[in-house]
Amino acid sequence: MSIHFLFPKPAFSAGNNDQKDQDGDVDMFVRAQRDNFESKVVTPGQVITADTQYMRGHGTYLNEEESSHISSVAGVVERVNKLITVRPLHTRYTGNIGDLVIGRITEVTNKRWKVDINSRQDAVLLLSAINLPGGVQRRKTEADELQMRKFFAEGDLLAAEFQGSFNDGSTSLHTRNLKYGKLRNGSLIVVPPALVQRCKTHFHTLSCGVDVTLGLNGYIWVSKHSSKNLDELDPEAIYSNDNEPVDRSTRETIARVCNCINALSRHFMCITDTIIAYAYEASLKYPVKDLLKLEAMEFVTTEVRHKLSVVRSIY
Amino acid sequence: MVDGRRANELRKIKCKPSVLSQADGSAYIEQGNTKCLAAVYGPRETRQKAQLIHNKANINVEISLAPFSMPQERKKRSKSDRRLLEIASAVKQTFEPIIMTSLFARSQIDIYLQILQFDGGTIQICINAATLALIDAGIPMQEYVCACSAGCHENHTLLDLNNAEEMADTPELTVALLPMSGKLTLLQMDSRLHVDKLEPVMNLAALGCKEIYQTLDETVREYVKDLFQKSSPY
Repeated sequence: MSIHFLFPKPAFSAGNNDQKDQDGDVDMFVRAQRDNFESKVVTPGQVITADTQYMRGHGTYLNEEESSHISSVAGVVERVNKLITVRPLHTRYTGNIGDLVIGRITEVTNKRWKVDINSRQDAVLLLSAINLPGGVQRRKTEADELQMRKFFAEGDLLAAEFQGSFNDGSTSLHTRNLKYGKLRNGSLIVVPPALVQRCKTHFHTLSCGVDVTLGLNGYIWVSKHSSKNLDELDPEAIYSNDNEPVDRSTRETIARVCNCINALSRHFMCITDTIIAYAYEASLKYPVKDLLKLEAMEFVTTEVRHKLSVVRSIY
Repeated sequence: MVDGRRANELRKIKCKPSVLSQADGSAYIEQGNTKCLAAVYGPRETRQKAQLIHNKANINVEISLAPFSMPQERKKRSKSDRRLLEIASAVKQTFEPIIMTSLFARSQIDIYLQILQFDGGTIQICINAATLALIDAGIPMQEYVCACSAGCHENHTLLDLNNAEEMADTPELTVALLPMSGKLTLLQMDSRLHVDKLEPVMNLAALGCKEIYQTLDETVREYVKDLFQKSSPY
């Protein structure tokens, strides 16, 4: 009797371009590349894949014969397991629950305010969703309904959190936290929403002495540093309309940070607190007004890219 | 043809997306000597409650002709000029089935088109510019809409008529086509054409549309690649 050794067959009949790393593992992404649409640039009307096993997400639709997925926007294909989405470049902000957004009051109506948050529709801030002065938990009274302008009037800027969306697509906000509420002592700058990344906290203090609040809807508030602890805040003063006096050097710093953020957004770079700090250091070479010129913006953004590549190469 | 082109040759097209920083989407397009600038705002809150549609977005198109656009006289044309309103309404009807308006209930999409230099082919350049601007704004659409005009003169079918050819009583047919599926969304003619000539003229215009689609698509792809390279985070 002769003994034959039968070696185990390979796990799946993979193609020739399977590269095994030193542990003998095969990268599963190779399979996706074979399917050939990961990170592909697509334009409206282009077929992404004819494989109907995938679920379609935002930016895609099925054609009439239900045989292939077609892109409806111009962007890059993203795949998560079986879900395909196409992410376009410049869209309006579409909210997710829990996002910090900055908005401007456009209208005061019956028991609610309409807030512009750079999204497809104005968001709604209900009277029952704000902190009423005179104690954190206070029931709203008839007098509050009649005096809504005392809290927020048209044109005010506020920081709020995204609470949820209604059936018709409109969204609701709340400011039930002492961190949120009316914004003062600073300047607003608007960037494309795609450039603001979600991170642990959106209230940052830069080393140059200004506070930056990154709203995920693309509205960024740069203001004088408020050193007050939250508990010490006078509950009556949270809706005051008076700005504190801001001295000249702080104003210059605020203006410089605003111009840096503007330069970053023109060159479509991500905006986070570290990137703003790098841009600020790079911009110290120019006087504040000159930062609005193209060469200064180019210089700042190339410096930031350089620093980022240095940091990346360390890891 | 009058400007030295062959009968089935398009005018030179130059296009550039994202030229305005304030608008959600914008585009600048030149077809021969006709130049058009498009700006798209939206979807955003409806300005007037009367225009609110509860289950779709409202599309609003406004076309204006710059006073310096005509070579002869410098004349200010008001926005409610009858011809411009007609063209605006044609553009709106062209895009209504294409833009996925059911995704944005109760909001409004504004398309503003400005003709900076006029040399014929108004409707076609407005539609092409609006397509590019809508794509730049990230508004979901079924596919591109490309438009082209064609005419017929002494048994020759001509493609992409400019102003001199239009004024010379040549029948002109404007066709707006969805290039991938081959469907027509607009077919417009203001003059008289023999019915036998309709098919060859329409086919030539459809070919012109497909060529315009190639140019627009290439521009969009390059622009998207460039932006995604720039914005890739660490």
